[in-house]
Amino acid sequence: MSKGHNGLNRREFLQASGLCLLFAAEYSIAKGMGPAAGKPILFNSFVRIDPDNTVTLLANHSEFGNGAYTVMTMMIAEEMDLDPHQIRLEEAPTRPEYYSPLFREYLTAGSVTTASTWIPLRTAGAKARAMLVEAAAREWSTSPDALTTADGHVSNPQSGQRLSYGALLDRIHRDQITPPEQVALKDASQFRVLGKPTARHEGHSKVNGTAVYGIDIKIADMLYGSIARPPVLGGTVKSYNADDALAVPGVVKVKTIGAGVVVLAKNFWAATKGRKALSIEWDDGPNAGLSSEGFFAQYREMADTPGMLAEDIGDALGTLAQSDNVIEATYEMPFLAHATMEPLNCTARVWDDRCEIWSGTQYQSNDQEVISRFLGIPQQNVVIHRPLMGGSFGRRSSKAADFTVEAVEAARGEDVPVQIIWSREEDIRSGYYRPLFVHKLRGSVAADGMPEAWHQTVVGQSIMQNTKHDPNYMVRGMDIYSLDGCLQEPFGVFPYGTSYQIPNHRIETHNPPKVGPVPQEWRSVGHTHTGIAYECFLDELAHAGGLDPLDMRIRLSANHARMNTVLKTLREKTKWDEPLPDGYAWGMASRIYSVSPIAQAVKVRVNSDGTFHVERVVAVVDCGFAVNPLGVTGQIEGGISLGLCAAAYGNVDLVAGRVSQSNFHDYSVLRLPQMPAVDVHIINSNEPPTGVGEQATAPIAPAVANALFRATGKRVRRFPLVSQGFKLV
Amino acid sequence: MLTLTINGKAVTTQSEADTPLLWVLRDELGLCGTKYGCGIAQCGACTVHIDGKPIRSCVTPVSSLQGKAVETVEGLSERNGGQLTAVQQAWIDLDVVQCGYCQSGQIMAATALLSENPAPSDADIDAAMAGNICRCGTYPRIRAAIKAAGEKLRSEANA
Repeated sequence: MSKGHNGLNRREFLQASGLCLLFAAEYSIAKGMGPAAGKPILFNSFVRIDPDNTVTLLANHSEFGNGAYTVMTMMIAEEMDLDPHQIRLEEAPTRPEYYSPLFREYLTAGSVTTASTWIPLRTAGAKARAMLVEAAAREWSTSPDALTTADGHVSNPQSGQRLSYGALLDRIHRDQITPPEQVALKDASQFRVLGKPTARHEGHSKVNGTAVYGIDIKIADMLYGSIARPPVLGGTVKSYNADDALAVPGVVKVKTIGAGVVVLAKNFWAATKGRKALSIEWDDGPNAGLSSEGFFAQYREMADTPGMLAEDIGDALGTLAQSDNVIEATYEMPFLAHATMEPLNCTARVWDDRCEIWSGTQYQSNDQEVISRFLGIPQQNVVIHRPLMGGSFGRRSSKAADFTVEAVEAARGEDVPVQIIWSREEDIRSGYYRPLFVHKLRGSVAADGMPEAWHQTVVGQSIMQNTKHDPNYMVRGMDIYSLDGCLQEPFGVFPYGTSYQIPNHRIETHNPPKVGPVPQEWRSVGHTHTGIAYECFLDELAHAGGLDPLDMRIRLSANHARMNTVLKTLREKTKWDEPLPDGYAWGMASRIYSVSPIAQAVKVRVNSDGTFHVERVVAVVDCGFAVNPLGVTGQIEGGISLGLCAAAYGNVDLVAGRVSQSNFHDYSVLRLPQMPAVDVHIINSNEPPTGVGEQATAPIAPAVANALFRATGKRVRRFPLVSQGFKLV
Repeated sequence: MLTLTINGKAVTTQSEADTPLLWVLRDELGLCGTKYGCGIAQCGACTVHIDGKPIRSCVTPVSSLQGKAVETVEGLSERNGGQLTAVQQAWIDLDVVQCGYCQSGQIMAATALLSENPAPSDADIDAAMAGNICRCGTYPRIRAAIKAAGEKLRSEANA
């Protein structure tokens, strides 16, 4: 942690309209460029202390509801003996020293923020504390070991002397005190903050209306932009007439950009009216013939042909050939939009040789890279400010940087900043979706009813193929995200399998051509479809074998201690065997995503008209050491909500290249009355912390489908449930 | 040009008559706590109070508000002596928010519910809150926070 701050010895003052964070002066101690008296000190890349005893964390992960700001401040607070809410949080600049140690990019994704910052941030805090203690020891001519820290002060219990951290900065400067090479982190038995339920760091600003999201950025003289986008994905502008648009009071300019025709105006309402007043002739391009049903038909055919072989344990083909009771099923999952509550937006100011953007983005280093390439300017000349995000669910990690670079394009040539805001209709129709998938499965059970052979063929567009991530996420031409949750053994960089052991297990896959909508990560990524196919078909085999589906999974995971404990705990916490009236049933599913095992059981009530309600969800998760149990519970509740919503209603239907849905009236989402009661049980395995942001999204869909089967005898294999006569109420 | 009252202060707006209140608040007056989510009264992110009743500001033309009293999320604590209201405090105490984007609207809807009915049943909460979407799934905590705030308001009323 003492390394890597050599780039910080320059001043950067960036401010816009009083709303954005001010980057104060930063100094590099190690280079001997310490601050003059009364100036703040940057202790390492992450911690800065001001003379008034303000401790600031330069946070290198983004906040979109995931709780990153809370867990990061908790880690620093623990090692520096502060209250986490005393710590100010500032966005770390988009520079390599702040890249995620895991991704080697400035990226918040994959439910790995807590795991990947667990050691680095605590170390940063502990080293800053060690420097302060050393300074106090010199001040009082005593040994550092005699001193204690609490509440932002160093104390000498014997003499009663006490100084604030801020008051020790001069001594650190004078004596050129540098961070120790090694520092001991607190043992879990000493934790005051970590592991304790902690309220959201930025919570206050989110209940009084002062939280600043990208859409709230206001800069003097800024213009608002609204973009008319092609009705067919990938279409282009042939010609347009802007006379009526320019007649709208407040509209300043109309021009074409790559994304379509942009109307710039003094306020967003004028920009919107101007956009609606445009008359545009579109060239529909090559995608006008694409449809969801066409993709399903094509993928079903591909699923019947041999694919690339991802895993072949035992002899699945031979076992199935000899079985006289092969179960077969095809599962089909549609395109899904993310529909973040805050519509996509980006504010950009472009000069000849530099550019600043204000963007709610998960993926700063990529945005910087794409924009620098687009403008032909050095990457370091692209400054990215990071306001809060009103949800993301993967949409804001766009590899094309689509919603950022279009704002830069709109702002290029203007001498004021431009803020592009997407309407909800543009958002639903954006064309960046959880890709459509077809899974074909064949299986058989042994004499004892347990699964004996499993053959699954996975067909859907790869997210990573032909992107810059291809080398890391493609294994022998196969996308590890497409298969995540199907394989029994670790695959590529994913160090985990399903946790189940089926003796004959064969997984194949096809990557259909990447045409039409852009395949985009969607909370829990591959598990959004593999979870449904795998866990529902497992239930089909349990039914065929006459086994209880939960007991069968407990037996299948016998050699995976953490999942086995999770499943046994689920059985304990659920009235799994309770006698239920007609129309009621329990169903369940379990998954491992990003190392953490999770299982869920749901109790559904199906009414005679096919409507159903999920009365209760019991979730058991082992995410290692639960850094913030309050945050963990929230993420589980939230994941269940989003996953249930997708299973019940989620469908972007492509017809003749056009998206049928457009807003919340026809892209239905979960509302409060449909939300089940959720009981969350955290198994504190004392393993290092692992992810919890996406885990809960995956099991809920198959758990509900499995419960519906047990309640009605009807097996849903095409999603969403509402398309098959099961409407969530 | 027309005059309305926003958070207790008389405000004159220059916006075009058909401009929805949402964009007057956000773009002209800089009151950005009220959010845009759908533009068609489907999500509730833009909920404010007009004369104490919750309305969707994204479909309410400003011209319809001459002489009306508008309250936004920013006004809640102003009216409460600078302190968070019981509803806002319950939101903090139960750690309701995640991304937080919908929560101004949720809080305005919940505040309106509790001012009419300080002891809402689950069915009352369902009916009053169904129009406010949260994609993060904070619904269980919203329900619990409404009950907690109601309890506090009732005990204050009885004190």
